[in-house]
Amino acid sequence: MASRGSLFDLRWIIALLFGVYGVVLLVMGIGFESDADRAKTGGFNVNLWVGIGMLVFTALMALWALIRPLRIPDEAK
Amino acid sequence: MLLAEANFRLDAQAVDYVLLGFYFVIVLGIGVLARRSISSSLDFFLSGRSLPAWVTGLAFVSANLGAVEVFGMTANGAQFGIPTVHYYWIGAIPAMVFLGIVMMPFYYGSKVRSVPEYLNRRFGPASHLVNGISFATAQVLISGINLFALGSVVNVLLGWPLWLSIVLSAAIVLTYTAIGGLSAAIYNEVLQFFVIVAMLIPLTVVGLHRVGGWEGLVDRIADKGNEISSWPGTNLTGIGDATLSVLGIVFGLGFVLSFGYWTTNFAEVQRGLSAKSMSAAKRTPLIGAFPKTLLPLVIVIPGMLAAVISPELAAAKAQLAANPNATTDVQFNDAIKLLIRDVLPNGMLGVAITGLAASFMAGMAANVSAFNTVFTYDIWQTYIRKNRPDAYYLKVGRVITIVGVVAAIGTAFIAAGYENIMTYLQTLFSFFNAPLFATFILGLFWKRMTPAAGWSGLVAGTLSALAVFILANSGAVTWFGSPDSQGPSFVGAGAAFVVDILVSVIVSVRTKPKPDKELTGLVWSLTPRESRKHGEEGEDRGWYRKPSVLAGGVLVLTVVLNIIFW
Repeated sequence: MASRGSLFDLRWIIALLFGVYGVVLLVMGIGFESDADRAKTGGFNVNLWVGIGMLVFTALMALWALIRPLRIPDEAK
Repeated sequence: MLLAEANFRLDAQAVDYVLLGFYFVIVLGIGVLARRSISSSLDFFLSGRSLPAWVTGLAFVSANLGAVEVFGMTANGAQFGIPTVHYYWIGAIPAMVFLGIVMMPFYYGSKVRSVPEYLNRRFGPASHLVNGISFATAQVLISGINLFALGSVVNVLLGWPLWLSIVLSAAIVLTYTAIGGLSAAIYNEVLQFFVIVAMLIPLTVVGLHRVGGWEGLVDRIADKGNEISSWPGTNLTGIGDATLSVLGIVFGLGFVLSFGYWTTNFAEVQRGLSAKSMSAAKRTPLIGAFPKTLLPLVIVIPGMLAAVISPELAAAKAQLAANPNATTDVQFNDAIKLLIRDVLPNGMLGVAITGLAASFMAGMAANVSAFNTVFTYDIWQTYIRKNRPDAYYLKVGRVITIVGVVAAIGTAFIAAGYENIMTYLQTLFSFFNAPLFATFILGLFWKRMTPAAGWSGLVAGTLSALAVFILANSGAVTWFGSPDSQGPSFVGAGAAFVVDILVSVIVSVRTKPKPDKELTGLVWSLTPRESRKHGEEGEDRGWYRKPSVLAGGVLVLTVVLNIIFW
């Protein structure tokens, strides 16, 4: 059935969203941490670490999508 | 009032809006992409039964991770502390496992397209109509509540007018559910799940860092006796006696309320029905159960953190401890907003706002997609316009999605005017699930149960829940806890369950059952083992894909967590 074959791979969309989020947070964490921010977080650079975490997550999602690509179900079976 | 609102205003900057805006672009993009896969009504309403288990499993959790959950459970965390975990470990996991192992084979195997449709095949039109209409109505009202919650959060946090926030949020949900159908709703739920987690984990970590870790948090909690250990949870139930409190949690919350919700609520079951195989359908609630087990760590703990970090909330809690009737500046429901305001810098703040928006849209989209399916298949196709070509029902589905969302907007504005009424309504709906579960479980295992017993049990059970609800709220009966505690809903659900079973048995004995051959695939003893089994070939192979292994794993994890937080 054509309808199933054309389903897109959600894993790439998740990777796209968190890739962009990760980069933005990383930049915020490295370049724009203010004293007010440090007061809020108690000195824990949350943007930096969450940014790194999101990029790792992005890489894992992308890796999964590459290793196990979506297969179009064989309708004959 | 204005001053109080200004206190919550988040200092959102361009970067935060960019993160929120990018999320909306992706959400709508998923709707457009999902549209390409729709060529029949089954594609629109049940994703053509084609989705992989990890997708339906995460959507299963996400559909429940709406406004009520995120605000309500952080609020409970702030107010009651650790006993809130019972909503997860007692109040969700056993029921999710039961759904996956015992009930899903009947839902998926009988090829019904909705929960009411199962009732129709098992008991006939009377119970079908009772359930179909009450479910469809409840879904519209609940999505209105989700919409109002979303609108008021945007209003309070970002300062946009309430009506604009409500209409804008509704428009986004409507756009992707009307064009992309259930696939769009489910794919977005998976995305929403990750965004919500991306909000909750940093919130927990930063909060714990601020107070000096778990030890620091415990040190700062005044009522260590009740708030640090999960049992007997007397503060949560409002039932003074420890033994009764444990019984209330195990039977009221753990058995009746939770099994009623998780196993018969179509907004949840629908996620399983959209899976691509019997194995994937069984695994849907089981895969969902793993994150569900871990969620309280990042929902309940932030609530507890808010109550010690936010000066306003800490003051309010101390005030209420001294005088339960005190009027406070902030409510426990504000816990997560206050914590986000107090600990997250710009950047993460944008992710958190996105997480809140995601959570409410997830809840609303789940309600809307369950509503349009039940309305189209169970009401329109069954009673109003039968035997039309499939394309007609696909069109009806799209139109009724629009009607449902517009009705939800109306409900949201009513909710804005009468907030208390909506709270009551919501409590009421939680009662409706309890008799439904009783009818299901009896109908599933007792082939003698008759069509007349089906509807009369449902009606009698619902009326008795209603009676308990009225007694508790009028203050006439108080032994099972005050109206604002959880006690009455446990007792109400329990009463509904017992009355439903009693009435069903009595009516069954006096009326004529359906012939056995009409019940094949619907009743346990009349369904061949073969048709309940799942395949283990192709994409369903592997030990880690066995439903029994997943079920065992999540139960062990739950027991371990229970011991840690005993």
